Formats: sequence, C-alpha cells, structure tokens
Amino acid sequence: MAEIPEHLLKRAQAAREKAAAQKKAEGEDSAQSEKAEPDEEPEVEVVLTDENAEAALAILETALQGKILDSHIAPGRGLWIRVAIEDWRSAAKAAKESLDCKFFDWLSAIDWMPSPYGREHETEQDSVTAEPEEHDEKEMEWGYTGGETRFQLICRVYSISRKIGVMIKADLPDSDPRALSLIPIYAGANWHEREAREMFGLTFDEHPDLRNIYLPGDFEGHPLRKDYPLLSRRMKPWPGIVDVELLPGDEE
Amino acid sequence: MVTTESEQMAYIAAQAADARVNVEVETDEGMTLNLGPQHPATHGTLRIVAKLDGEKVVAAEPIMGYMHRGYEKLTEVRTYPQVTTLVNRIDWLGSFANEVPFILAAEQLMEVEAPPRAQWIRTVLFELSRIANISLFLGDMAVQVGATTPVFYAFRDREFVLNQIERVTGGRFHPNFDRIGGLKDDLPKGWIEETGTVIGKMRDFCDEMEELVLGNEIFQARTRGIGVIPPEVALSYGLSGANLRGSGVDWDIRRDANVGLVYDEVDWKVWTHPDGDSFSRFWVRLQETREACNILEQLLGGIPAGPIMAKVPRIIKVPAGEAYVATENPLGEMGFYLVSQGDLTPFRVKIRSASFSNMSITPWLLKGVFVPDIISILASLYFILGDIDR
Repeated sequence: MAEIPEHLLKRAQAAREKAAAQKKAEGEDSAQSEKAEPDEEPEVEVVLTDENAEAALAILETALQGKILDSHIAPGRGLWIRVAIEDWRSAAKAAKESLDCKFFDWLSAIDWMPSPYGREHETEQDSVTAEPEEHDEKEMEWGYTGGETRFQLICRVYSISRKIGVMIKADLPDSDPRALSLIPIYAGANWHEREAREMFGLTFDEHPDLRNIYLPGDFEGHPLRKDYPLLSRRMKPWPGIVDVELLPGDEE
Repeated sequence: MVTTESEQMAYIAAQAADARVNVEVETDEGMTLNLGPQHPATHGTLRIVAKLDGEKVVAAEPIMGYMHRGYEKLTEVRTYPQVTTLVNRIDWLGSFANEVPFILAAEQLMEVEAPPRAQWIRTVLFELSRIANISLFLGDMAVQVGATTPVFYAFRDREFVLNQIERVTGGRFHPNFDRIGGLKDDLPKGWIEETGTVIGKMRDFCDEMEELVLGNEIFQARTRGIGVIPPEVALSYGLSGANLRGSGVDWDIRRDANVGLVYDEVDWKVWTHPDGDSFSRFWVRLQETREACNILEQLLGGIPAGPIMAKVPRIIKVPAGEAYVATENPLGEMGFYLVSQGDLTPFRVKIRSASFSNMSITPWLLKGVFVPDIISILASLYFILGDIDR
C-alpha cells in the first residue's frame, strides 16, 4: 500500500476520537433513557441559509418577471420553483440563459391524486387482522411549492458554473394535460417527454415523435397514474408484508 | 393482386420490424439494418434500426423497452427498506452504487445521518463497485473493435473485486447491504489488508489494459475522431459521468455536489479529455479506475472506529417532503427524486438513471457514421440495459 498522507491520518484519528466520544455519550444516554422521556432533549432550531440558491432565485425572478408562482429553497440541496403551464418553456429558457443551467438532468411528472386503492401494503389480501381497515378519502397533498391540479410536470436542470440545481414545476390542467415540448431548448428532453407521455398520458406540443418508448405500441392505459392498478399486487398478498409486521415487543 | 418486387420487399421489412425479427432488407429508400435485440454489443436487449445509404447511416434509432420492469411503479408498493432490493438491479454491474442515492435521499428526508464509519465503508464499497463495473468496460470495448484477449483479463481480474464485495455483503452482484441510517454489517476481519492486495492487482490490470488496448494502432484507428460529442451537445442531452468528462466538461458529482459520502476527506483528481471521441471516453474511464484505486487506498487507511448504524426506528416511516439526491455512479449521474407523504411506502420515486440520458444522444450521434462505427460508438458510450429500461 502506498504511504498515506499525514493530514489524512490526523483526520482519521480525529474522526475515531469523535466516534469514541459519541459512543461513550450514547452509552450514558441509554442508561438514563429508561426513566427519561425520549423527547426530553430541547430541539434547537437551526435556520440554514443558502446564499447561492437565494442569488439564483433572485436572478430567475428578474428574468421571469413575476411569473414564479411559488418557490422553495432547500439549503444546500437546490432550488424549487413553480410556474404556470403557459410559462413552462420560458421558465426553462430563462434558467438556461440567465442562470447558465446548460445541463439537462431529467424531466418527469407526478400524479398527486391519492391512490384509490388505499395504501397498497394494507390491501384486503394482506391484512393480518380479520377486519380490513377502511380507507379514508385522502385529500391531495402537494409537495414543495404547492400545486393546484392532479398532474404536475417537473424538470431538473443544473448549472455547472453556479453549482445549483433548479427544479421547475408546472401544474397541468386536469381536462387536457398538455405542455410545450422543451426540445428546442434542451435536445435531451425528447426521450424524457416520450416517457412522461406514455406513463402519465400527457401531451407535449411540438414534439416530433411522441411514440411509446418502453411499452408496446398497443398498450392501454398509463401505468404511473395512481388509478392504474398494479394487477399482480391486487391478486395475491405480497410476501414481504412480514417485514412491516410488529414484533411482540413493539406492540403498544 | 400484382405487386412490384420493391413493394414486396417493403412489406417484408415492415412485417419483420413488427415481429421484432433481425432482418436486413433493401428497399427503394435504401437499406434497413436491424441490430439486435440480441447483439453482443448491446449488454442486454437493445435494438437499433439503422437506415443506410451504402455504408453510411442516414438515421438510426434505438428501440428499448425489452427489459422495462416498471420500478417506478413497483417502489410505490414497497416499504423503504424493500426498495433497495429493486434498485440493486438497475445497473447490475455496479449494484451497490445504486442503493446509495436512494438511501441518502430517504436519510435526507428523515434527517438521519449515518455514523462516520458507515459513511467511510459506504464510500469504499461505492468505489469497489466502480472498479468492478468499469474494468469490464475496459475489456468489453476492446472486444467491440475486434480484440478478444482483453475481455478475458477483465473478467479474470474483476473477480478479485467481486470476491471482496461478496465477503462483506454476501452477494456478488446484488448486495442489498445499505440501510437507512447505516449499513447491515461491519467489515469482516482481515478484509482491509486483502482489499489492499486486490487494489494492487487492479493497478496492474489497468497498466495491462493501457499496454494492450490504448497503445494499439488498430484500436486508435477505430476510435480516434469517431463519435465526437461537443461539450454543449453533451450537456443539453444530459450526458454524465465519463461521457461528459470525455467531452472536456470538468464536472464530477463526487467533487462538486457530494452528498453523504466522504470524498472530501481524500486527495484525488477528476480526469477530463478534450477530444470528445470514443478514444477519449475510454481514456477517461481508464484513468478513473486508477483514481478509484488511489481513493480506495486512502480510504482504507483511515476508516474510523465506531458504530455502523445510527438510531432509526424499526418501522421506517419517512416524513413528508421531497428530496433529490444524485451520486456519481460508474455509468454517470444516478439520482433518486423521492416524494414522501409520511407513509411506509414512497409516494413517488423518479429514477434518473445515467444510461437513459447517455443513450438519448445516439440518434444524433449515429447520423452519418459508418456501419462498423455504430458498434464502437455504442461500446464507448457504455450503457447497461437495466439502467436504460429500469
């Protein structure tokens, strides 16, 4: 083995010491925790900031002039913005031109409708107890930057010079989910849009070739929609269900 | 009904295409060459339909989906710990590397951090799967341009690495070893020393490959200036990994956007090549294998002591939120966009696999090349079918 640089040895030593100290502290913790409540530790709220993402958001706001409906900054993890579907292409263009987001990462969609089959691991076939739970009608919950409709388009582009990734989201109308294709801006959007079309049943205008990419040409339905049943799952219980079964000691 | 001969030929071509049969037919518009789905150059079942004018490709289109397993749908009915078993099978040559971004995304939402020792061992196994994956590429690329010897060396030496992975995880190809909050097990006794020896062997393997392949006149003639991708085009198609660095773009997630792995603790270099041709992609991958050996050597000397598992609940529920974590996998950027609504199962998982984007450039890239170059270009882009079809 080649010789290891000294500064690394030092760092490793420091890490070892830290781990040992942590282990010791944990040992003490567990000794106390039998009588103490686990939630006792006061939670210190650390407000993380991300100047890089804030600067990027400011640039995008100037470039898009009030077209950003909502934004979210996850410190150190990137920037989320939501625009109206009419501004889908112009938002991507603004990201490429003003933020130097030349790297096209991926494009896809989300179906925010709660699955009508309930949570799949609690289907009738799987229920260990005799009474199957009734599924309450869940409301739609949107993720970061919110939403209004069932389908949301999402695209991630990355700026290598600024080291920031931008997630662009846009709500698609329920009745006729269609958007402008991003191919004139990012050539790589081609296959991603084909995939989004067959999986979610969206339409991309000005796309030259919207054939199925994975599924056979005569396939019916759009598999990644929440109301598309996973048939094998509905026919027989999933053997992995034992993994979520409670152990005797874990029961309340 | 009387039909002309050319009409008959066109009909046969259409029928064969529908039935997905391998056939070469000449029609008025030129010749259609069907490559695959079963072809040694496709690492699985990829079909390429190329329209030819003489020896020149007029248009080429990859047709995939033969191996589509619907992982994005399946993850919605699996609990979080069960998902690693699935994502293992995306890029099957470097399977441990597939688990890491998913686990990191889940950890990010749960606000759990793996203990230092687990992070170091994760990085060690990550780099080992990189060597196992890319060493096969080095041999395979030579096969695609007509040299059969190197691939046997590659299979022989890759086994040393796989043995090391097997000794830790119990699986040669599907370790399923990464857990939310840490790792399943600690390293076995004496493993670090043995891995040191294996790294030495892999260094020799790289030297051997350089001598056998890189300096070879035929290899250079087949790859230099073939399949050139300019950096702007590479970026707009979302190429990543060695394909992007082979076009001269100095970007590596391990250095520039590292999440959860300990690459900051070691001293290493990102290799780029300005040419953007098949040769440069091979060259970058060869250097990366060597660099992975350097990274490993430094990591193995400094694995801190301590626990390998953070405190996580036995039944894992991930709080609602969104996370996107990408890592620099052997094939390029692999990312998981994870949406959780606080349940036992993910709400939506978008898998950004490297080969899908890397392959999406082929219709552009194969236009105007000659037939034998289709194979060498595809080989140099280096894709795994499971990574395209997911």
